[in-house]
Amino acid sequence: MAEIAFARPESLHDVPFHYCPGCHHGIIHRLVAEVIDELKVRDRTIGVVPVGCSVLAYNYFNFDTQEAAHGRAPATATGVKRVHPDSVVFTYQGDGDLASIGCAEIVHAAARGEKITTVFVNNAIYGMTGGQMAPTTLPEQVTVTSPYGRDPEKVGMPIRVCEMLATLDGAKFIARVAVNNPANMAKAKAAIKKAFEIQMSGLGFAIVEVLSTCPTNWGMTPLEAVAWLEKNMMPYYPLGIFKTPEGVAK
Amino acid sequence: MTHEIVMAGFGGQGVMLMGQLMTYAGMLENKQVSWMPSYGPEMRGGTANCSVIISDEPIGAPIITEPTAVVAMNLPSLDKFEPALRTGGILIINSSLIEQKAKRSDVKEYRVPSNDIASELGNLKVANMVVLGAIIAATKAVSQESVMQAFAKMFAKKPGLLEINEKAIKRGAALVEGK
Amino acid sequence: MAEKILMKGNEAIGEAAVVAGCRHYFGYPITPQSELIEYMAKRLPQVDGVFLQAESEIAAINMVYGAAGAGARVMTSSSSPGISLKQEGISYIAGAELPCVIVNMVRGGPGLGSIQPGQCDYFQATKGGGHGDYHNIVLVPNSVQELVDYTILAFELADKYRNPVMLLGDGALGQMMEPIAFPQGAAAAPAKPWATTGLRGRKEPNVINSLHIQAPDLEKHNIHLQAKYKTIRENETRWETYKTDDAELVLVAYGISARVALSAMEQARAAGMKVGLFRPITAWPFPYEALAPLAGKAKAFLAVELSAGQMVEDVRLAVNGASPVYHYGRLGGMICSPKEVLGEVTKIMQGKEGK
Repeated sequence: MAEIAFARPESLHDVPFHYCPGCHHGIIHRLVAEVIDELKVRDRTIGVVPVGCSVLAYNYFNFDTQEAAHGRAPATATGVKRVHPDSVVFTYQGDGDLASIGCAEIVHAAARGEKITTVFVNNAIYGMTGGQMAPTTLPEQVTVTSPYGRDPEKVGMPIRVCEMLATLDGAKFIARVAVNNPANMAKAKAAIKKAFEIQMSGLGFAIVEVLSTCPTNWGMTPLEAVAWLEKNMMPYYPLGIFKTPEGVAK
Repeated sequence: MTHEIVMAGFGGQGVMLMGQLMTYAGMLENKQVSWMPSYGPEMRGGTANCSVIISDEPIGAPIITEPTAVVAMNLPSLDKFEPALRTGGILIINSSLIEQKAKRSDVKEYRVPSNDIASELGNLKVANMVVLGAIIAATKAVSQESVMQAFAKMFAKKPGLLEINEKAIKRGAALVEGK
Repeated sequence: MAEKILMKGNEAIGEAAVVAGCRHYFGYPITPQSELIEYMAKRLPQVDGVFLQAESEIAAINMVYGAAGAGARVMTSSSSPGISLKQEGISYIAGAELPCVIVNMVRGGPGLGSIQPGQCDYFQATKGGGHGDYHNIVLVPNSVQELVDYTILAFELADKYRNPVMLLGDGALGQMMEPIAFPQGAAAAPAKPWATTGLRGRKEPNVINSLHIQAPDLEKHNIHLQAKYKTIRENETRWETYKTDDAELVLVAYGISARVALSAMEQARAAGMKVGLFRPITAWPFPYEALAPLAGKAKAFLAVELSAGQMVEDVRLAVNGASPVYHYGRLGGMICSPKEVLGEVTKIMQGKEGK
């Protein structure tokens, strides 16, 4: 008898992703879906998805979802969670959504210790709107709205979201991960799982930042993009666990 | 009959409560009533005031521009509202704080030394109740019994307050009635 | 009906919401409606409800979106500048067809304006406010009792049509006290099989969404919305008339201005002038069809509102040129007096208008 060794998680619909070649959204979606399956909470999960490249995520996740306004997912998720405290609620947000237009919402959801989980995809650029500068765009990085490279003198340095949120008591679990290789993917999945478990145990807010590529808007091949991420993003955005209920670890 | 009464004074003199008690009493007498406060920055420093309407008819505008009665707890209130008073209207002046007499001769003036009477009664806080006694006696908009009933309801949790406040109301009423 | 009690308008709205079964409130403090948020903060925990002071008006309305999408009877409240901030969320709520109640106790504008009563948000409330082809149902009460009755109605209509309902009051109505009685309760909320509750045994996931990325799909959705609005127009338009049968001049006013206009009308009648009052109770849908027939009978109309002339445009649409339509308003938080309105009435009745 043959055994199925690899299958689509039940938490994903059987439809192809629309994401560009080499984009990490598909991987991250799958990790989230696998975690929800493994925790056996699909039946009481409500996802809140953002405006950005993953705006259509509700087409892929096979459980209840709400499409939030740009940046407002943490507020929307708060409303959902307060109505169904026994449900598992997460937001899935990009860097423009979370760290720019939705900066207030994420900070206050974390400060309240809102019992939700946030999966934050940081690819240092606005993808859906065509490659504009993000709050996480690196110094010197060229985008269509920083055509001469990001100039920190004029627009400041990029925001390190995990480090910023780590100052808030309500945030109980904070980790930055990447999915650039199988080993990191395993770590990423473990972090996402932990972030859901923190919510389910009622401890407070949990966020996992996932460094991600955008080959299309970076103007690279998928492989070049992974190399660029490793060389440029990882030094500025160090991977690690910034906060756990057991204490601050690094 | 429609009573349109403006009560005004410094914040903290209890004009809002006077108005609410009168409104409540009107409601207990099954009359049409409304209470409308001033609010916002004009309450900080200047005069706080409220408009009380007690009527046998349904009430249209809850805002009063030509009052049938004015209660002035301090001088700025007297200056502000005396000119608006209707001919033949009732003007209650807190003479403990206001030396100035009514400028108009076509209104009925009652001078009530409310702070002095309250002090005699041993509690300065009831000065507003002395004035309340005066205004209900002068306007007969509601009965003293209804006001006491309203007081008992609004301060159900503090029954100990009833006695001194009733005394204050009676003193104010007696002053108007010339007793 | 229970015993009458004396209550401030803002607090009466809060208790009415509780009577209506609202157990979730998200808001942000602003004058002149802070008594409402304070009331909810105190009251909702007593009935096992959820009160949350949001970090902003924007967050509050998006919490409402989430809670409404999750199936709750939910409310937020604010005053003019705060309602401007909520417009993004209101548009999404209308697009996603979520039921909720939004209270706007209007103050003088534009900008930070004043904190005194105004009716200058009529356009915003009835003609959009946010982006896209949508409508809020807009109820315009004129007494503290009506604040109670129409808050309850607002929840019922919101659920009935899966549509945001705005209770459009003003600073004066919110601050004033009048005797009120609370009814036993609102109609129970209908089943919400579309809500995101978690699958809990359901096969197909529910999605709360206002995105229709293909234009033909979005057009279809808009046509559906417009059909719904048509049904609302047909079934839910509300108004009241006073002495319009023989009126030569019909005053048109809503909310606090209708109270002032009523007083002016009575004074005009006492002076022998044939004046009536038409009072919209729904500002959207506006009672065009009820007002139009009066145009054949009355010689003129006078819109009285605390704005530079917003509702008067709907009056003109209803009257459609059949009679002259005049406007009288005070601005910036000033309230007009019955005497001022009577002055305008007298001018029009004597044919001296506009002079």
